Amino acid sequence: MKDRRPLYLMAPALAWLTAFMVIPCLLILALAFFRRGLYGGIEYTFTLENLALVFDPLYAGIFLKSAAIAGLSALIAVIVGYAAAFAIAAAPARRQPILLFFAVLPFWSNYLVRTYAWIVLLNREGLITGLAQWLGFDGELPKLLYTESAVVVGLVYNYLPFVILACYAPLSRLNPEIAEASQDLGASAWTTFRRVTVPLTFPGIATGFVFVFVLSIGNFVTPALLGGGQFQMIGNLVYAQFLTANDWPFGAALSMILIAIMMGLLTLQTFASERASGAKREDS
Amino acid sequence: MARTANSRLMLVILAAVFAFLYVPISVLVALSFNDGGLPTAWTGFSVKWYGELFRNADVMSAAFNTLVVAVVSTIFATLFGTLLAIGVEIRRRKGRFLETIIFAPMIIPDIVLAIALLSFFSMLNVTMGLHTVILSHVVFNLAFVCSVVRARLKTFDWSIVEASADLGASTPITMIRIVIPVMMPAIIAGALLAFTLSVDEFIIAFFTAGAGRASITLPMQIFAMIRFGVTPEINALATIVMAVSVIALALSQRLNRGGLPGQ
Repeated sequence: MKDRRPLYLMAPALAWLTAFMVIPCLLILALAFFRRGLYGGIEYTFTLENLALVFDPLYAGIFLKSAAIAGLSALIAVIVGYAAAFAIAAAPARRQPILLFFAVLPFWSNYLVRTYAWIVLLNREGLITGLAQWLGFDGELPKLLYTESAVVVGLVYNYLPFVILACYAPLSRLNPEIAEASQDLGASAWTTFRRVTVPLTFPGIATGFVFVFVLSIGNFVTPALLGGGQFQMIGNLVYAQFLTANDWPFGAALSMILIAIMMGLLTLQTFASERASGAKREDS
Repeated sequence: MARTANSRLMLVILAAVFAFLYVPISVLVALSFNDGGLPTAWTGFSVKWYGELFRNADVMSAAFNTLVVAVVSTIFATLFGTLLAIGVEIRRRKGRFLETIIFAPMIIPDIVLAIALLSFFSMLNVTMGLHTVILSHVVFNLAFVCSVVRARLKTFDWSIVEASADLGASTPITMIRIVIPVMMPAIIAGALLAFTLSVDEFIIAFFTAGAGRASITLPMQIFAMIRFGVTPEINALATIVMAVSVIALALSQRLNRGGLPGQ
């Protein structure tokens, strides 16, 4: 049966993906090069205005801000997630699967619900404020919800399980004898961790970072809910172009940039992983 | 690594991370059973907020819509995704282009697919509603089903297919009587995954459901409710939604020991 023409098996799915993914995506690619019509429609004349507008200081600022928030979230998620993965990999072998299972479990529940959980904790009548008052804190607590910090916490919280998974994979495959050898040669535990363990598990770190960064920079739910619409990220900007401002060509241009950032980072990450595994092969 | 100072540090890290992951959702679940409904004062155990929920017509109609979308899109996705997986695995030549197309729905940012579909449907002058949400959900669902089934097919023993052919069975008969039954656990696991993804999916539904109230799905309803703040009713709804996804995915995981995609 191998190699009998399998096309008829793949045809329905490929037709579906072509109709409802490939064509729509090509459509917005094209849309990015058209002019916005007078009343929100689309005028079919070629222009680079939309792409140029992305680099307008006003929108470039939003891009930088989104990148900063996404970068900070990815950095924190990688540090915390790597520590967690390291601790899981150091646990007794029979406990590791269950620890990993519970680390990933929250990732399976609804994204909106997980974000909402932080509104419950952080709002003015929320648990954290209540706790502070109960502890005898009378003064005005700083605003917790609807801040950039709340958005970063929400993003880290939502994507942390993925980072733990991504970092656990290389950590669990790491040969413990390598770390022992390093320590036998006189390196301290910290030096061994920094110069041996981290470089050898770098592909996991890169995957985790890229994943969190890419999902955060295009996110519009978390900034809308935890940022309270106080500031915009690219995702919110795209959302607005399509649902309120009615400037579809500009919205399409923005999402093209989003895809470009994503593809660039994924390529870098593949490159970094291949280099890391290549280096390992040379060593052995 | 065996030194106690280190293992104590590892325990502290684990405790802190698990607290960070579980305290927020636990608080939410606990508050959904709080009789008084206030977030800061526990006034006794009650399920009355769940009762409120079932009397809320908006929530009920949204839940019904979500069920329709999830069931129908799961059926299509399971059928197409399974066939695709078998087709790809019995092909000898692995095409990079094909792999990209199959992988794309899983990594493409939701917002991009959402606006692409919105533009597509409105340019074709398609009236949007639950049917467009279903069409859209099949896109990513079939990719996930395909990846779960393919993972299992990697360990599939193709010699039984050859045996079946040698004994005179035609390809469709071999498919229906041999391949599909052997693959059933993985297919059901993929279907359960697709069902949960569809139940939980918000962004694409939000963009492709059209303007009417009639086609609001549960995540859209939740999004609208949370924007107005915290209520004990949302806590109850959130708890139910969370329980449904966790149960469906735990089942899926059990059926398919090969693991979920991305793992």
